[in-house]
Amino acid sequence: MASTASTAWTILRISMEERLAYRGDFMLGTLMRFLPIVTQIFLWAAVFSEIEATTNRGATVAGYGYHDMVAYYLLTMLSRAFSSMPGLASGIAREIRSGTVKRFLIQPVDMLYFLFLYRLAHKLVYYAVAVVPFVLVFYLCRGFFVETPQGWVWVAYVVSLLMAFLLGFFLEATIGMLSFWFLEVSSLLFIYMLLSFFCSGHMFPIDMLPEPWATVVKAIPLQYLAYFPAAVFLGKVQGAAMIGGLLMQATWVVAFFLLARWAWHRGARRYSAFGG
Amino acid sequence: MRGFARAWSVFLTFARNSLIRDMTFRANFLIELVSSSAWVFMNLGFYLLIFHYTPSIGVGTGWGKWEFFAFAGTGLIINSLTSMFFMTNGDEFGEMIRTGTLDFALLKPIDTQFLVSLQRVEWSSAGNLVVGIVLVLVATSRLAGAIGPGQVILYLAFVLCGVVILYSLLFSFAATSIWLGRNTSLLDFWFYIVSFSRYPMEIYQGRLGRPIRWFFSFVVPVLVAVNVPARELVRPLYPRLASDWLFTLSAPVAAAASFAVCRWIFARALRSYRSASS
Repeated sequence: MASTASTAWTILRISMEERLAYRGDFMLGTLMRFLPIVTQIFLWAAVFSEIEATTNRGATVAGYGYHDMVAYYLLTMLSRAFSSMPGLASGIAREIRSGTVKRFLIQPVDMLYFLFLYRLAHKLVYYAVAVVPFVLVFYLCRGFFVETPQGWVWVAYVVSLLMAFLLGFFLEATIGMLSFWFLEVSSLLFIYMLLSFFCSGHMFPIDMLPEPWATVVKAIPLQYLAYFPAAVFLGKVQGAAMIGGLLMQATWVVAFFLLARWAWHRGARRYSAFGG
Repeated sequence: MRGFARAWSVFLTFARNSLIRDMTFRANFLIELVSSSAWVFMNLGFYLLIFHYTPSIGVGTGWGKWEFFAFAGTGLIINSLTSMFFMTNGDEFGEMIRTGTLDFALLKPIDTQFLVSLQRVEWSSAGNLVVGIVLVLVATSRLAGAIGPGQVILYLAFVLCGVVILYSLLFSFAATSIWLGRNTSLLDFWFYIVSFSRYPMEIYQGRLGRPIRWFFSFVVPVLVAVNVPARELVRPLYPRLASDWLFTLSAPVAAAASFAVCRWIFARALRSYRSASS
């Protein structure tokens, strides 16, 4: 038990130090990622002013007022800070292709467990550094948050963010494991990235989609990576729908956890150690 | 004139070699073609969705659905031309500095900036170029009002100005890697800056919008790059004001100025180049 904990701590610590090596580049990168949001805010301001002028009433798009819309984009940035896993799937694919994955077959450390701790460490460091630009941007944009969640909604929001992290991790890990079967998955990864940008609600609130697309997009797990936490925060899903959504999200997390484990076991048996 | 003819023949060789290289890995080429246009179609889907809710972008700006699609097509043409000829080279340039292979480029009896700017042609970007052209053709055919041959010539010239502006910005950034050693995030920075030109400049209004619009028109003229040609083609607010001539004129001026600045930065940077790893 003690040795498991110390292994975990060592992995965590080393990964944190690695991440902090390029902190300057990293802080700048985080701040820069807010730039595209600026254009998005102005685009929506223009769109809403036009709708207001033509309809003469408080403009809404799919139930979102202007303030909600901007708040939504900022909140998806926060969701993505939890759910996005840059380099996870491609890293697994590279290890499988080049053969370095065999260290996990020899060493008494489970691959998913190691990658999970590694990712956790990176995320923790990320939050420690990114909290500065995030607080700055959210403070400057505080006027857009008309209503903030009350009581239990906060709890639900935090839970949905944490599950977004887990879902993002196991989903991408599963895709990375496909490498055992296909070897070259970079184009598959690109398609996943595109789909997730569109369907996770990162690009726009998925409520905007007309039927039948809205139903389709809400049926697949990608919405829990960005849209769902933001929708909980803004009160777009409430009460029973919110609880149902959280349960659904938890179900997807478990499903992809099992799928990733299964893919690892089946894959490791198939694995034929390329690259010496 | 002879220098120009020689540069042209060198460029043709580069283009042919890149095409041979792309055709060697044909499946990869096809995948790149499809995946980059998938991205574009997704963006177009988003725009369609926006016009599902609003007749135009901004009150009194004249950017209705088809005007906007002509704008988006123009942006796509300019961006795909830039990525076809320059993007890979800009990326490669940083690597040449880091590994020291820039030495070989410096030794060749041809202008170094020309050589490093054009040595690879990314043929797979031609897919998006075609999508952009089709988009512009479809959008303009849906708009009332004929387009004269003069307007087409001006449009093409302004598109060229737009490409020059984006190129100059890209290579000004790339050249700074001589001083910084390595510069991966600055190329990302270029993407983020160019993303400001994705929508018509009229959307930048208000206390915060005005300085942004000013900055990206006069200091880093990415707004000029797409707005001038698109406006010339679809004329969203035709009878125009006298001051609009100044606006139209800003494209060639901005292109010439940014190219001059880029040349200057590039030459300065080369002077600081200390060959690596030899």
